[in-house]
Amino acid sequence: MKSDITFGQYVEGDSLIHRLDPRIKIVIALIYIVVIFLAKSATAFALLTAAAVVFVLMTGIPPRLIFRAMRPLVFIIVFTAVINLFFMRGEHLLFEFHFIRIYREGIVNAFLIVLRILLLIVATSVFMTYTTTPLALTDALEQLLNPLKKLRVPVHEFSMMMTIALRFIPTLIDETQKIINAQTARGADFTTGSLLQRGRALIPILIPLFISAFRRADELATAMECRCYTGGEGRTRMNSLKSEPKDWIFFSLILLLGAAVVCLNRFFPLVTIRL
Amino acid sequence: MNPIIKAENLTFSYPGDEETKPVRALCGVSFEIPEGSFTAVLGHNGSGKSTLAKLLCMVNLPDSGRLWVAGREITSPDADESDVLKARRDVGMVFQNPDNQIVATIVEEDVAFGCENLGIPPAEIRRRVDDALAAVGMTEYARKQTYNLSGGQKQRVAIAGTIAMNRRCVIFDESTAMLDPMGRREVMEIIRKLNREQGVTVLLITHHMNEAALADRIIVMNEGAIYLDGSPRDVFGNPAAMWAAGLDVPQTTELAYKLGKHGVDVPLDLFDPDACAKAVADAVRRKRKPTGGGKS
Amino acid sequence: MNAIELKNVTFTYGKSMPGATPALDDVSIEVKSGGITGLIGHTGSGKSTLVQLLNGLLKPDSGTVLLDGIDIWAEPKKIREVRFKAGLVMQYPEYQLFAETVAEDIGFGPKNMGLNGAELDARVKEAARFSGIPEELLSKSPFDLSGGQKRRVALAGVIAMNPKILILDEPAAGLDPAGRRDILGGVKRFSRESGTTVLIVSHSMEDMAMYCDDIIVMAKAKILMHRPTAEVFSRAEELSAVGLDVPLITRVAAALQKEGVDIGLDVYTVDYAVEQILSLL
Repeated sequence: MKSDITFGQYVEGDSLIHRLDPRIKIVIALIYIVVIFLAKSATAFALLTAAAVVFVLMTGIPPRLIFRAMRPLVFIIVFTAVINLFFMRGEHLLFEFHFIRIYREGIVNAFLIVLRILLLIVATSVFMTYTTTPLALTDALEQLLNPLKKLRVPVHEFSMMMTIALRFIPTLIDETQKIINAQTARGADFTTGSLLQRGRALIPILIPLFISAFRRADELATAMECRCYTGGEGRTRMNSLKSEPKDWIFFSLILLLGAAVVCLNRFFPLVTIRL
Repeated sequence: MNPIIKAENLTFSYPGDEETKPVRALCGVSFEIPEGSFTAVLGHNGSGKSTLAKLLCMVNLPDSGRLWVAGREITSPDADESDVLKARRDVGMVFQNPDNQIVATIVEEDVAFGCENLGIPPAEIRRRVDDALAAVGMTEYARKQTYNLSGGQKQRVAIAGTIAMNRRCVIFDESTAMLDPMGRREVMEIIRKLNREQGVTVLLITHHMNEAALADRIIVMNEGAIYLDGSPRDVFGNPAAMWAAGLDVPQTTELAYKLGKHGVDVPLDLFDPDACAKAVADAVRRKRKPTGGGKS
Repeated sequence: MNAIELKNVTFTYGKSMPGATPALDDVSIEVKSGGITGLIGHTGSGKSTLVQLLNGLLKPDSGTVLLDGIDIWAEPKKIREVRFKAGLVMQYPEYQLFAETVAEDIGFGPKNMGLNGAELDARVKEAARFSGIPEELLSKSPFDLSGGQKRRVALAGVIAMNPKILILDEPAAGLDPAGRRDILGGVKRFSRESGTTVLIVSHSMEDMAMYCDDIIVMAKAKILMHRPTAEVFSRAEELSAVGLDVPLITRVAAALQKEGVDIGLDVYTVDYAVEQILSLL
């Protein structure tokens, strides 16, 4: 009965990757993304794919969850593949039908670019969303962005907002479902009629939902006040982020991976992607 | 013993707008809550008990009267924000809706929230959070997501949050109202343990007479004032007054009261069914003897 | 004829997920028309699922749900009519109020049924009367009312659809004793005067004992028993075994029996207990 909102959701676990310093994880994810974009050769992609598989295995997250994270992006993936397949011009024509021409380069490109998108999804889910609690993630962001506080950027407030939003998303999804059920039980009809009628049919859902969200926000604010929350000043953290040797080892590994990708691109490309 | 909360003649009205008149919610409430006591506050909806809770946890300030919380006079003219903050370190609140007081997505992170606000060093927070989770029996849920917990478990997390802050007094504002019987039992057990074993002062606002019967003292609110104040025995010993205030008494008390009207004397303050049954059985035997010729 | 009948109904949430266990497992029930039936069981026993199946919010995986002898899924396109016939008041229904005035909110259901004008007004007024809402409140905003009043407006909103069966999920949750009596008393009055079959889901054994003619006990996705109220409470041990309480007075009766004063085990109201005890003297 629980809402199904897997994209960007933490999966409980205790793997090495789960236990890395979230700040390092964010930095690693960013470097990893850059490395993925640097990859231009088939060999580099092979290495990155192998690395991604190893990372996924290390986290112990069921691969089906990783695939599920890809689902919302299927359209983009297919679209990119089609564009590359049909519009890429190259030297080796494989197939021609009226205006459709498919080249070997097109196939290679489509394949590698799709692979690149998939790798990007794996990188962000493995290092950030799936293995790091949203709270740790926002904490880490807050600390990484700390220097901006000097420029009067409300970093703490922003990260608190994020935390609370993440905390309440599942609650509000449940609530929406309850209200929809309640109004359906009173004969509300959301599926037939003109666009205007359907829009009006949403009013009995939106009004109670907004009222409830405001009520929750109000009660939460009171509860936070009663728990001595006064903003970011003077606050400590239980899990104050400490980087340990394992964090730096992992960090170096990613840098090595980047170096290897650059070398493979340069000295042993096999096939090179064209952009 | 020093009172942890002392109220003198508190009044409070909710401001009206153009269409509605201001609503008088409290009119002259005075009482003292001794440290380490377990007090229940009863009253029908709109009797002023929730308003009182809001004053005691300093969400609202009274219109008039004086209020001391943890030795500080919150209502004194030179009290400021920092006095309120200090008082809040000692007196906390657990609210009715478990969903609207949990801040974090992970259980232990939520328990730590209050301590973090106090600026306690991380290692100390860690220790306190572990102890608090053990005290409410939620250790195995430490790394679980708060969202998937049952209502009773969420309330236990909220209680752990106040335990971790080492508070001397916790106000429960209808904290069991939204729970099922199992959740209610879990939470009540922990509240009693908190009071008995850790000496935390408990102020329990509730609709459930059976819960109130567990307290040392019951304050009954009606029409914004204190209506009855005494031990469960005194308060429930007057069922007619309770019914007049739109409240109930435990069924054991009701039984004793109604039997008493027919000349069968049973004490009104036996809230345990076995004790009550024993007293009823004795009374029945006593009554029977002269007429029935001792055939039991 | 039975107002409600379930024949071998099974329902599982997220069937496609491996390891999903049924929330209702081969359940059959018959509820006669006209009375008030209680539905008890601890959280997760399948009560809420059952309620949503009766109203057509969920569709059984197998088995049939019959209201007044008619299979509600015989014509899936007409499921909306089933919802008018089996009015459902959900938990904390005051959070579903949305309209500008109380009258408009109560009238939402009947309006969806195609009623308007004088007929709609009459329905709204009658429903308000049953739920104990004074007429002067009808023109007010529902958001200005007290919690108990809002709850009654939500109840009136379902009663106004003139359902043949009224289903209430925890109608008195979170209310004080007087509020509980107001809302449950209103339901009882409505049932008696209109002959509507009522199904109440509740955790409060005391309330169940006061208002229900018979009680269905659910445990682990199945029906444990469906008997007249007195008989259900006399089987206290079976109830405790599935995590349910019995009213305090029933426990007193059981303890009395052990003390050698037998007033029977089917005691569930204080007045009846007093009567029984006095009859022994």
